[in-house]
Amino acid sequence: MPDVSFTVDGKKLTAPAGTLLIEACKTAGIEIPAFCYYPGLSLQAACRMCVVRQEKVPKLQTACTTPVAEGQVFFTDTPEIVQARKATLQLLLGNHPLDCPVCDAGGECELQDMTFKYGAADSFYAEPKNHREEQKWSPVVYFDRPRCILCYRCVRMCGEGMDVFALGVENRGSSAVIAPNVPAGLAPDHLNHVDCEQCGMCIDACPVGALTSGTYRYKTRPWEMNHVATVCTHCGDGCKTTLGVRSTTDGAEIVRGDNRDRSGINDDFLCNKGRYAFDFANHADRIQQPLVRKAGKLEPVSWEEAFTHIGKKFRELRDAKGGDSFGVIGGNRLTNEEAYLLQKFARTVIGTNNIDHHRTADHVTFAQALIGHKDRTASLRDTKTAKSILIFGGDPTNQSPATAWNLRTNIRNNGAKLFVVNTEEIKLRRQAKAFVRLAPFGYGAMAAFLNGDDASGPSAVSNVEALAGFRDTLKATEGLLILIGSELRGSELKALIEFGLTLPGAKFALLSDYVNSKGAADMGLLPDMLPGYTPVGSEIFAEYKAPAQAGLGLLEIFDAAAAGSLSALYIVGSNPVLRYGVEPASLKNTFVVVQDLFMTETAVLADVVLPAANLYEKGGSVTNHYGDLQLVKKAGDRAGVRTDFEMIVRIADKMDAHIPTLIPFGKGLRADMGQTRGAQSGEADRHAVWLTAQNLEPRLSPFDPFAILDEIQRLVPGYDILRLQLLSGNDQHLEPAASQPLVQIGARRDLVLPSGDTLFTSGTLGHYSDMLIDLQQNSRREQLPILDQTAAD
Amino acid sequence: MSAIQNSIFTPETAARFDKLATIYPMKRSALVPMLLYAQDELGYISEPAITEIAKRLDLFDLDVRNVMSYYSMLRTKPAGKYNIQVCTNISCMLRGGYEILDHCKAKLGIGHKEVTADKMFSLEEVECIGACCWAPAMQVNYNFHDDLTTVKVDDIIEQYRQGLGKDVK
Repeated sequence: MPDVSFTVDGKKLTAPAGTLLIEACKTAGIEIPAFCYYPGLSLQAACRMCVVRQEKVPKLQTACTTPVAEGQVFFTDTPEIVQARKATLQLLLGNHPLDCPVCDAGGECELQDMTFKYGAADSFYAEPKNHREEQKWSPVVYFDRPRCILCYRCVRMCGEGMDVFALGVENRGSSAVIAPNVPAGLAPDHLNHVDCEQCGMCIDACPVGALTSGTYRYKTRPWEMNHVATVCTHCGDGCKTTLGVRSTTDGAEIVRGDNRDRSGINDDFLCNKGRYAFDFANHADRIQQPLVRKAGKLEPVSWEEAFTHIGKKFRELRDAKGGDSFGVIGGNRLTNEEAYLLQKFARTVIGTNNIDHHRTADHVTFAQALIGHKDRTASLRDTKTAKSILIFGGDPTNQSPATAWNLRTNIRNNGAKLFVVNTEEIKLRRQAKAFVRLAPFGYGAMAAFLNGDDASGPSAVSNVEALAGFRDTLKATEGLLILIGSELRGSELKALIEFGLTLPGAKFALLSDYVNSKGAADMGLLPDMLPGYTPVGSEIFAEYKAPAQAGLGLLEIFDAAAAGSLSALYIVGSNPVLRYGVEPASLKNTFVVVQDLFMTETAVLADVVLPAANLYEKGGSVTNHYGDLQLVKKAGDRAGVRTDFEMIVRIADKMDAHIPTLIPFGKGLRADMGQTRGAQSGEADRHAVWLTAQNLEPRLSPFDPFAILDEIQRLVPGYDILRLQLLSGNDQHLEPAASQPLVQIGARRDLVLPSGDTLFTSGTLGHYSDMLIDLQQNSRREQLPILDQTAAD
Repeated sequence: MSAIQNSIFTPETAARFDKLATIYPMKRSALVPMLLYAQDELGYISEPAITEIAKRLDLFDLDVRNVMSYYSMLRTKPAGKYNIQVCTNISCMLRGGYEILDHCKAKLGIGHKEVTADKMFSLEEVECIGACCWAPAMQVNYNFHDDLTTVKVDDIIEQYRQGLGKDVK
């Protein structure tokens, strides 16, 4: 659209024709208050707060529905406007209770701010207020009807934004009320309930405290918390979440998750897991002391005793039986630095390639198939802007909610075209231009068909004629964004990518399950791959002096244990015993060390259990399944736990490893270590915050993840990180590509085991989130087939 | 052949609904007439009726409830066999509409939107029913009675009680 110029309050402004006045003013720094307007959702013009005077127009206009045009003249701050807005506020306050001192929204309430600004607290309305009791719509959504100002943001958010349509408006005029989709009359307990995805976006959008969150309500006030923007630990999208943290007697408790600064890759979206499922961190079952098995029982011991014991055993076993008798298993929720350090520890200190992790998608094949192609991997940000998208397998609505949100937003606001290929009728098919329902296990056949093998068409679908047309449509599409589910692996995945590479400008992403699944693969938690999908024995990592033969994979490690040839097993943040159904007796002759938050099915079998910090309690970086690198910041704290990073270093130290080789610290700048602050100086890593504030590089401690990040940047192909971008909390897209092709794709054992997580589960961690368990039970109770119904036209 | 299996409505109404859903540019435009016909047949709009109408028009149950609750003439509870609607809008009010309403209340022993114990009568105070020239007026089901006096009302109620009143659909 061409730019037009217009005048607001005497200031000449320019904006593309058709821009809404409220947005144009926001860009120019002129604040126009609004309750019902929400960027990206349909226009409502219900609240009348954004009224402005337009020259030559008889009545006040709503800025949220006025597109700017050449030569218009507006006034937004005259006494007339102030009076109009004040009157609107007085009307709204006619029934709005003045319970700000107890309301959750108090302190960050748009109505409160506006009342303060326009001084409308004394109302002319003397009628008694119409009070209603608050309602519990679900374990996480509460509704306080009298506080509602009927802006309809929640209704539009739920319908347009989430495609759930669980909220509506019933009755009219002063009796109008926001109604959930399970009316009291149909609920067994005769109370209103909401049957939905429990994302909490309605709470987020609510400009007042009418919708409040089950985890946060009445717990604290916004100004009593510290707000730390970090990355959610749950699914592979890696949304930025702002955790509200409060001090407690034994650490710092996380009381709230939201996305108040909206600066992350997820923009304004956060799903139920990011918003509520931080509560595992505060769970009473957290291990807070190291445990060592003595006479068959795990007994609490001091850290020193635990580390000495592990160091001594590891050293003895390595020297007696060799590094190849060790197995090392990493986790999907470790930071990149921890994953890198763990594999470096395994390969250099122990001297084995027997290292693996729970793979939730075939990132290795994905990287190998894209060797030699630049700019072919998509960022999560691309899902918001791509003109056409193909979802091949997977179910973003349940597995990667932010991806699904972006796609819906893109389709709604930009008219993007969506194609869905799936064996199930996934919810996103409702937005799709074309939906191809595959026969069970038909992905391989479909990938082959797209790749030109017409003979495999009939094993993919029943109607083959339509399929050829579908292929032609895709072929004619430029800049197609191909989102691939974890169902595709090995040669099938390779065939699909080969097809995609023939389309000009097509980009790919492989969707997996946990926050750092891709990071774990990128960082080389693999028996046959060094970091950056570099084959073992590669020149790049010559300084490792690691074995050049591929090691044992996760299943082979447990096979070795069962055969009695595994002397030690070191498991960091993973629960393979439950996930892979390992026979507990097979580990009886193996020295098992487990670092975890809880006494998981794996930890109970261990000889030493070390209490670990979770992702919300440490710093570092993670890479989401698109390859977007983001900074993780320490938010919560728990007495008695340590980061996996520190524990790996301390174990290496007790094994008499040369620590400066393992962690390149102590080089570079010299920093003030607290000498200038006298008696308050303490352990170096505690001062990272202070040092950062002083523009000093705090790399003087072997426990500083950034020391390892230096090495990652130096060695790992594709991890050419922009530091400033990372440190300012922004995401950056990385393309770690294998440097040379590996031949044996077909020969590798298929170790990919998707977690099968839904909206309300999150691997082993989810077992310790009371809120997720509550939501699972809740979703079983509400058995309305809402999600099967079609959307309103 | 009805578009819906096992419709809760009579075959005639179901056929009417099948047609209704096809005659508007947007399917959901048929919602309000459908609700009215459903109410005429069932006496009120029941939960199964909401579900079926939603299904017929590709809407959520919630959408149907949203629209239904907007209109005060749509009921979610059964009315009496004869629903008496007394107008108290300007013309009727000036000509004694409130006296007629109070008289009905006393005579039937019920208030606004209530039903007699024998489920014979229900009473509603309504806005203008378009009979201003002959105010005060009331409607019994779809039949108009105008130029009312309390005596005339007694007579009308008695007629209906004995099943002699006119009942148009």
